[in-house]
Amino acid sequence: MRALTFAKRNAKEILRDPINLGFGLGFPLILLVLLSALQANIPVSLFEIDTLTPGITVFGLSFITLFSATLISKDRESAFLQRLYTTPLTGLDFIIGYMLPVLPIALGQAAICYLFAIPLGLTVSMNIIYAIIGIIPMAVFNVALGLLFGSILGVKQVGGICGALLTNLSAWLSGVWFDLKLAGGFFEKLANVLPFFHAVETEKALFSSNPELAATHIIPVILYSIFITVLAVYFFLKNKDLKQ
Amino acid sequence: MEQEIRTVGLVKRYGELTAVNRLNLTIRQGELFSLLGVNGAGKTTAIKMLTCLTKPSDGEAFVGGYSITAQAEQVKRLIGVSPQETAVAPNLTVKENLELICGINGFSKEKTRNKTEELCKRFSLDTVAQRKAGKLSGGWQRRLSIAMALISEPRILFLDEPTLGLDVIARRELWDVIRSLKGKSTVILTTHYMEEAQALSDRIGIMKDGSLLAVGTAEELKQKAGASDFEAAFVAIVKEETV
Repeated sequence: MRALTFAKRNAKEILRDPINLGFGLGFPLILLVLLSALQANIPVSLFEIDTLTPGITVFGLSFITLFSATLISKDRESAFLQRLYTTPLTGLDFIIGYMLPVLPIALGQAAICYLFAIPLGLTVSMNIIYAIIGIIPMAVFNVALGLLFGSILGVKQVGGICGALLTNLSAWLSGVWFDLKLAGGFFEKLANVLPFFHAVETEKALFSSNPELAATHIIPVILYSIFITVLAVYFFLKNKDLKQ
Repeated sequence: MEQEIRTVGLVKRYGELTAVNRLNLTIRQGELFSLLGVNGAGKTTAIKMLTCLTKPSDGEAFVGGYSITAQAEQVKRLIGVSPQETAVAPNLTVKENLELICGINGFSKEKTRNKTEELCKRFSLDTVAQRKAGKLSGGWQRRLSIAMALISEPRILFLDEPTLGLDVIARRELWDVIRSLKGKSTVILTTHYMEEAQALSDRIGIMKDGSLLAVGTAEELKQKAGASDFEAAFVAIVKEETV
């Protein structure tokens, strides 16, 4: 119950920040419109709306990491978290409180991306629901990454690491903007090692009724989600104890 | 009168720096006790140890009879803390901030409503109850911060530099709020304003470079220093130690 109260507060803090809404929702939607317009004039199969939308939803999740990390590092840098450390909230309450509210926000963001793409020509089918469900492991990964960065970085560093580096990594290494095979070599290998490309391929596979292919790509994403969650919890609790 | 806080050779070191040096102090139940000292005297570090935010490097302290090192959970149930920096959730309204702390303390809906209304009235927060905390002036934020510390009806309340950075009017208003707490809780206040310590406290402890130099009422400290006013007494006590 205590954790839920704290979670509610965190959801309000994120949703009431106009910059969060502008970037988290506005930016992916603008990209959808722009790239669809580009596709209409210069046809590129990668930018066909049924291929583009799953990629954009995954890309949009990198902003979720930014919101989550910013909130936590702001709380750490202000005296707010100090105040909460003197209350009966436990370490687990903090973890649940920070992670739980961001997950539905991430899924809501994905759902809005798919709904927004319908008037742009997205094929309407049950696959949209499957794709939204299939994005959960990647959403967990991004939320946990937010907890991790928020626990170890200051507000300014979060802006640089999550705002610039992560969004670029997520963009370039996901195969949304170009076929990774064209880059080949180290770049392609690196993309295969990281979860971004696999998350996009999972979404694309689920959206095109190919659950077998989705299953192969979702496994590394799940493993990354578990690994980063464990790491984030460890560092958050370690940081909390260090303060004491 | 019963002892509410007792520190026994409490020490906090950060590497080479000793922030608090063998602090031996007793604070009585219901007392408003001020730790007075210039910046860097070790007041905030002492408070952080007593509120279980920082573990002591050596020594021990008992808050409400519980050990700060071995019984932190029990200590946390007894205390309320208003940190030096204003600790409010900026995007939540004043009312929501109060409700948040009620929820964290496990209050029922009815108790939350009653407590929120009571504190809004007591701290004159009604007029700003629906405004986001982050948009309020420093004085109002500090007032809210203290109200949040009082929600759990703490037996012991820690106010770390409660009027720091406030203008004279806001400071005087906050003094009235702090005075109203007398007798209801044991209040430990840190400040570097001499007039604040003198105006509010039952007893004052003067700290310098991590050490407690003197403890007593303002009158006792003046007598001890042979000074006619409290500021002169403070300077004499601090300087005497330097010499």
